Amino acid sequence: MAPIDTERVHLLGIRHHGPGSARAVRAELRRLRPDVILIEGPPEADALLEHVPGLEPPVALLAYDQAAPSRAAIWPFAVFSPEWQALRYAAAHGIPVRFCDLPAAHTLALDEPDTDHEESRVRVDPLSVLAEAAGYDDAERWWDDVIEQRRDGGPSPFPAIAEAMVAVRAELAPDPETEREARREAHMRKVLRATLRAGYERIAVVCGAWHVPALLDLPPATADTRLLRGLAKTKVAATWIPWTHGRLAAATGYRAGVRSPGWYHHLFTVPDRPVERWLTEAARQLRDNDQPVSSSHVIEAVRLCEALAALRGRPLPGLEEIADATSAVLCEGAELRARLVHDAMVVGERLGTVPPTTPTVPLQRDLALHQKRLRLKPEALERELVLDLREERDRERSALLHRLNLLGIPWGTRTRDSVRSRGTFRETWTLRWEPEYDIAVIEASRWGTTVTAAATACVHDRAQHADLPTLTSLLEDSLLADLPEAVTGTVAQLAQRAAEDTDIQRLMRALPPLARSARYGNVRRFDAKALRTIATELLSRICAGLALAVTGLSDDAATAVTTDIDTTHTAVILLGGDAETEWLDTLEAVAPRENIPGRISGRIHRILYDSGRLTADTLHQRLSQISSPGTPPDRTAAWIEGFVANNGLLLVHDTALLTLIDRWLTSLNESAFITVLPLLRRTFGSFQPAERRAIAQHVIHGSLDGHTPDQPVDTQQAAPAVATVATLLGLPTHP
Amino acid sequence: MTLTTTAVLRPHAEQAYADELAALAAIDDRPRPPGWKLSPWAVTQYILGTTLDDGTEITPKYVGSRRLVEVAVATLATDRALLLIGVPGTAKTWLSEHLAAAISGDSTLLVQGTAGTVEEAIRYGWNYARLIAEGPSEQALVPSPVMTAMAEGRLARVEELTRIPSDVQDALITILSEKTLPVPELGIEVQAKRGFNIIATANDRDRGVNELSSALRRRFNTLVLPVPQTADDEVDIVTRRVAQLGRNLDLPEVPASLTEIRRVVTVFRELRNGVTEDGHTKVKTPSGTLSTAEAISIITNGMALAAHFGDGVLRPADVVPGILGAVIQDPATDGVVWHEYLETVIRDRDDWHDFYTACREATH
Repeated sequence: MAPIDTERVHLLGIRHHGPGSARAVRAELRRLRPDVILIEGPPEADALLEHVPGLEPPVALLAYDQAAPSRAAIWPFAVFSPEWQALRYAAAHGIPVRFCDLPAAHTLALDEPDTDHEESRVRVDPLSVLAEAAGYDDAERWWDDVIEQRRDGGPSPFPAIAEAMVAVRAELAPDPETEREARREAHMRKVLRATLRAGYERIAVVCGAWHVPALLDLPPATADTRLLRGLAKTKVAATWIPWTHGRLAAATGYRAGVRSPGWYHHLFTVPDRPVERWLTEAARQLRDNDQPVSSSHVIEAVRLCEALAALRGRPLPGLEEIADATSAVLCEGAELRARLVHDAMVVGERLGTVPPTTPTVPLQRDLALHQKRLRLKPEALERELVLDLREERDRERSALLHRLNLLGIPWGTRTRDSVRSRGTFRETWTLRWEPEYDIAVIEASRWGTTVTAAATACVHDRAQHADLPTLTSLLEDSLLADLPEAVTGTVAQLAQRAAEDTDIQRLMRALPPLARSARYGNVRRFDAKALRTIATELLSRICAGLALAVTGLSDDAATAVTTDIDTTHTAVILLGGDAETEWLDTLEAVAPRENIPGRISGRIHRILYDSGRLTADTLHQRLSQISSPGTPPDRTAAWIEGFVANNGLLLVHDTALLTLIDRWLTSLNESAFITVLPLLRRTFGSFQPAERRAIAQHVIHGSLDGHTPDQPVDTQQAAPAVATVATLLGLPTHP
Repeated sequence: MTLTTTAVLRPHAEQAYADELAALAAIDDRPRPPGWKLSPWAVTQYILGTTLDDGTEITPKYVGSRRLVEVAVATLATDRALLLIGVPGTAKTWLSEHLAAAISGDSTLLVQGTAGTVEEAIRYGWNYARLIAEGPSEQALVPSPVMTAMAEGRLARVEELTRIPSDVQDALITILSEKTLPVPELGIEVQAKRGFNIIATANDRDRGVNELSSALRRRFNTLVLPVPQTADDEVDIVTRRVAQLGRNLDLPEVPASLTEIRRVVTVFRELRNGVTEDGHTKVKTPSGTLSTAEAISIITNGMALAAHFGDGVLRPADVVPGILGAVIQDPATDGVVWHEYLETVIRDRDDWHDFYTACREATH
């Protein structure tokens, strides 16, 4: 055991993503003026250092297995990451940097994680021992108080950190806990020895505080060499990719994350008075949301923060005090509003950028692999591709195109072709690769390293904020893209969102994609039972609220709702069974109500009639009622439009019905007739010419009951009128 | 406990817990804000309960988040007024009484807000006999609790602030911002001594309340007291209160069915929170308050029904009418909410069949 030469080697123990650590590192580097810096990170990244000046954090260092890009490790850096500050310092002063962690070539070959492997880099457990000793119940908070909220100008904290860590490790884990840990530290020592041998005089080592004790002594190299000998190895490529604060936040599942990147960014970037500045910014955002917040609110909020910090025995107000003051003072007790602003600021979303010169990302590589395997070449020329989903390879092709669409890379667009029947095994695509899609792929690489993983993560993210109809179409897209994980996540979101939504129209719009997915899900080998459950639940909610939703609507709104009822009905037929019964029961209960718009009422009657729920007699009775003088003519006309809209065939074949309408029309007085004429014209205008002709034939030939002409017609005299009418109705004129 | 406190029906907090306050004051060596009997730290301990080093047990007065209590105490320490808001039955009054008892040693300076509260109740009134006999003098002045609190540097409490008419509410603005109360008739003013502050409580679910003007609102730090956090807490509170009430009202003995209590509490919690207890299903929230207090009264009612008209056992049918009454306040919208909840949540619960049937029967 040989203690290191503290004149030559300076160990800066940090917490990853700690603004206080970053400040301290920056100050210490300026004081030390090292001639080389060692940083905890994969040595593969040594070659990427030239890109540092062009990067805009948050960015992440990505090392991935070239054979299987999904095996990857990520080292994110924000502007408040101490490593980042060290990198920037080195770049600005032209000092060499070496990454000293175990090469990713080994770490990636050693463990074989099935999903995205992300390095765990924050050690909370040893800290909690120190925090407990200091009387804190939360380790992060203790570290924040002691280290992260430090301002510039204090003495260097690094000797104290080293001492504390030595004590903690001596008590907790005299030996590294895992083989992996031991190897990592062995490699750090190995690099340190090499650096010392190279003759550098002032060496700064920036590494996690936990590792400092392991570097204080340099045992003979033989033991370390033995540990590192014969490790499995794989071919690894590394690059920089853009990262986001959102993904840095622990809340989104990144294990080494920080809970409040926005707060840390703020702490690191503001020159002074962080609490005052933060609360002023919160007030500004509240004002942008039309909440009246005065300067005196901010003053009182700052005072409350300070009183609370004093009461809780903290040196400075922290995020918790700020959260309390935001809700109690700035938002006057409105917890929800406070949380909205506070949460957004705590994450402080921002996206980093990398220059175009950085090496390709694994997503590009993964995509290229797929393209090669599926024989889909990216071409700038447009071409059509017809897929038969019963075939394995075509199914995969379709999934790939759908996934890319989800990622915002519309390489292929779905086209309706003439052959497309109702069958679902056939898809027609138009393919065209635009140059900007290359950039889109790099942007999408923040979602994941493979097309599948990226599309899944992207769907998860979009599902967080989507409204109900968007969610169900997301679900449908995920099914088509064959992303079982995304489907499961979206289904869970959907179940939640469906109950929150009070807008029946949105619920109705959400149902059709869901019903389609539930019905056709099996084609894609997905268990559709969960979807069915949600679809029927959604339908129950629609049924419960329908009566209320269709009352008191304007004519435009009624038209929209009519369409929604139509699509819902189509969806319900797909679901079939109990769902259909429930839906028709509801419609039956709603139909006779007087307070719903005529158009909707007409439509509902039509659906019930088509489903055999209404006998011809009942329907005729209803129609008589609706067309009786007691009903305002415009309601009658709207009712009829709703009833027959888009389908003249019914009138052609149901003579009894046509008779009823005919009788009603001829019974109208002049002013009433003029009122309904435009509406009637709109209704009949929407029919196919052939249907119109057939209806006219019925009327002309007098086949309607009670209208058989008694006297022979004088065709000579009627000829001009007939010709005009024929022209109006689009009939071929008979000479 | 002294003789006086046992004789009265309900002793004040500072009387009932005099021992605990004295024990805390004895060991409390932290700095006390001017006019405070205890340090903010000791006040927090008094409210939340703890065991002192000498073994004295401090009982918890408020069961809830430490954060809330800390914000409340810190607010009073900054000389900002404190406004406690919450649905009925969230211990607003209880908390304000104990805060006043711990900070000022006196929880009796109380203004009860009603629609009929007049300005005299907040400022000062006159002893008219003396006023006529002797003319305006300080002897003829009848100070309000607020005025007394100002003169003596103690905490005043205003209950149900939003029930007080708006113009009377605004009398508080000068008191809170200038910390002074002028008496123009005598040409004097009462300046608040250090230690003076106001704790107000308000109910945000009642209809027809007088919203605070923003000028007044701005002078308060607002704390929203939540409903009990876990179902077990709430079941516990309900069970204990029901037992007490049953004795007080001399109801025939009915075995309080824990199943039914739990069901009522569950239904209330789920509808109130908009999500089922297992967190899997979201449900819509009706317009009613659905407070713990209402749950208590439904169970008490159900027990009376069961005792007098039923078979002496609390059954679902005894509590369902009460639940419907509490949930469906607005027949149009709440009916939909209830129906949806009934069909999507209750129907699928295996051991709730009798409850579901009772609900169906009561609805149709």
